[in-house]
Amino acid sequence: MPDAQSSPTVGLFVTCLVDLFRPTVGFAAVHLLEQAGCTVEVPATQTCCGQPAYNSGDRADTRAIAQQVIAAFERFDYVVVPSGSCGGMVKLHYAELFTDDPAWRARAEDLSEKTFELISFLVDVRGMSRVDAAFDGTVTYHDSCSGLRELGVRAQPRKLLKSVEGLALKELKEADVCCGFGGTFCVKYGEISNGIVEEKTERIAASGAGTLLAGDLGCLMNMAGKLKREGSAIQTRHVAEVLAGMTNGPAIGEKAE
Amino acid sequence: MDTTSPAFKKNAHRALNDEQLQHALGHVRGHFIDKRTAAVDALPEFQQLRENARAIKNHTLAHLDLYLEAYEEKVTESGGHVHYAETAADARNIILDICRKVGATTVTKGKSMISEEIGLNDFFEEHAIEPVETDLGEYIIQLRHEPPSHIIAPAVHLSARQVEADFRRVHTSLPPDRDLSEASELLGEARAMLRQRFLEADVGITGANFLVAETGTSVIVTNEGNGDLTQILPKVHIVLASMEKVTPTLNDVSQFVRLLARSATGQEISCYTTFSTGPRRPEDPDGPEEYHVVILDNGRSAMLGSEFQEMLRCIRCGACMNHCPVYQQVGGHAYGWVYPGPMGAVLTPTLIGVDKAGHLPNASTFCGRCESVCPVMIPLPKMMRHWREREFERHLQPATYRWGLGVWAFFARRPKLYRFATNLAARILGNLGYPKGRFRRLPLAGGWTDFRDLPAPEGQTFQEAWAERRKAS
Repeated sequence: MPDAQSSPTVGLFVTCLVDLFRPTVGFAAVHLLEQAGCTVEVPATQTCCGQPAYNSGDRADTRAIAQQVIAAFERFDYVVVPSGSCGGMVKLHYAELFTDDPAWRARAEDLSEKTFELISFLVDVRGMSRVDAAFDGTVTYHDSCSGLRELGVRAQPRKLLKSVEGLALKELKEADVCCGFGGTFCVKYGEISNGIVEEKTERIAASGAGTLLAGDLGCLMNMAGKLKREGSAIQTRHVAEVLAGMTNGPAIGEKAE
Repeated sequence: MDTTSPAFKKNAHRALNDEQLQHALGHVRGHFIDKRTAAVDALPEFQQLRENARAIKNHTLAHLDLYLEAYEEKVTESGGHVHYAETAADARNIILDICRKVGATTVTKGKSMISEEIGLNDFFEEHAIEPVETDLGEYIIQLRHEPPSHIIAPAVHLSARQVEADFRRVHTSLPPDRDLSEASELLGEARAMLRQRFLEADVGITGANFLVAETGTSVIVTNEGNGDLTQILPKVHIVLASMEKVTPTLNDVSQFVRLLARSATGQEISCYTTFSTGPRRPEDPDGPEEYHVVILDNGRSAMLGSEFQEMLRCIRCGACMNHCPVYQQVGGHAYGWVYPGPMGAVLTPTLIGVDKAGHLPNASTFCGRCESVCPVMIPLPKMMRHWREREFERHLQPATYRWGLGVWAFFARRPKLYRFATNLAARILGNLGYPKGRFRRLPLAGGWTDFRDLPAPEGQTFQEAWAERRKAS
């Protein structure tokens, strides 16, 4: 693998939610990766990481989608994902889909080794310790579950946020507790999901921050949607938007000025 | 025990709207989580202990037959009897036989989840034997004819005032104007009522946290001392335990004991850790005349060698449910059977069938907090996913859900078609949502918008915007 000084080619796995709902996150990721000295490519054949099928017990479709992702991304030096959940899927779960298929298993394992969640890639692999961005306001940060527990993303976003000019970070109480999104869970068990996210928005409000950040768009849409339903003025953004200094557009679920 | 697991959603709805229950569930977090965190943080080798415990359990499960035989031999040597029960009914009948042989009319019981699993109390009542629960929480829920809502804190769903009302309803021999405003007074009253029952009992039944193969010993880990009175005072002591409780050596047990109380209640060690080996020996000051162990299978041997084998490592500490955001919302009764929370979501489908318990492994966000606190490192989310796979194979999920998933997968497997559809969707939804930036209502998205707004797409997919940008440069 290329060392920190070289200029690796990164395949950006943009994720289905960012692709459809919030391209800004994708462009923020490209910007940060280029700042970190990477050449970014975006394969057009990507759709989704397959988690909706995987977590619904549909292994056949999951395998087909995983094979598609592996074929599209295995030529890059690294694969970077602006989501701990989708990153964890590629990095930790693809290989076990192919226990009975050594050839695909090997390809899945190779891909796993070079796949990273965006912020941890910037800090841990590229050695980034600061970003060139400014944000005038107080933010709080929610640790999305898969990034935190599957990939160990916790210190990295905080480290980079501290270097954002004008930004003050107020820690969120129980930042490591699930927001209630859980993929299809949030619609299959909407009432329970609602109970969980209500407690989360209560904590967010109590943090006193004006902006909520996290690294996973699913969780962000859930929390932003709840904050807006409650009439809260707190804004919600993907952490990459702030780190890339791309906060001129409307926050998640906000109207354009 | 009858199950209401198929009505999980209805149960959850009721629980979410039960103000008193919601208040009680707040204690689960404050008490159990903070105390566990403090206890774990104070023990540098905690992670190493978890790994040791996992290794011991894996080894034991790989040689379960050998350790069960070794255990039986030691129990027999010490004058006790081992009975194997393949099903819940077998276990109930074995226990009834033992009770009838000594003409038992009253049976005291220490806390045992296996007793709940086999529905022992109802069975006793059908056969004119009075079961007396002696663990405070179990005593309370027995008065209320309720199942436990938590595996180590069976009455955690109740408030002190509800318990006071139950005591006033049932303990009619006591002065009606007595003061029960403090928890200590409730405890004192239960203790006084139980004292006589301990002395009257013909048979005492306890569970077991560990069955030690090396010595033929049963071990109970408790905080109230009721378990000791249950197993020492009556003529007959019956230990009721499931087969995976067998543990090779006393040394192994000592490692589990260091993990168990810390994970469960945040204690370094429970108030009582009691080791019982066989009936009373001539030189013993007390103890039962007969010592029986009923070892229950009830579907567990079928888990060996399956993708659910690792579930048999569970030491029943309850940390998974304490830390589960879903359990914290709905409490234990919503799960509809004996075992709630993440461990129940894996175990219950094994024991009562995934056709009945299908909701349980689905009602999880896969946040992974359960696995991260499990003292024996059981990959609970992974096993819940295995249940979803079995449900998918057997077409047990709702038809609309399968249909939706099928349509989505059809597109996701065809990138060009997917691109076309998402570009169109981004544009339409982006335009519709533009005025506010979000939707309050959207056809077919009620599952989302019933509870929260749906942020609108920015209007163009990333792929389309990226392609345009590349073309321009």
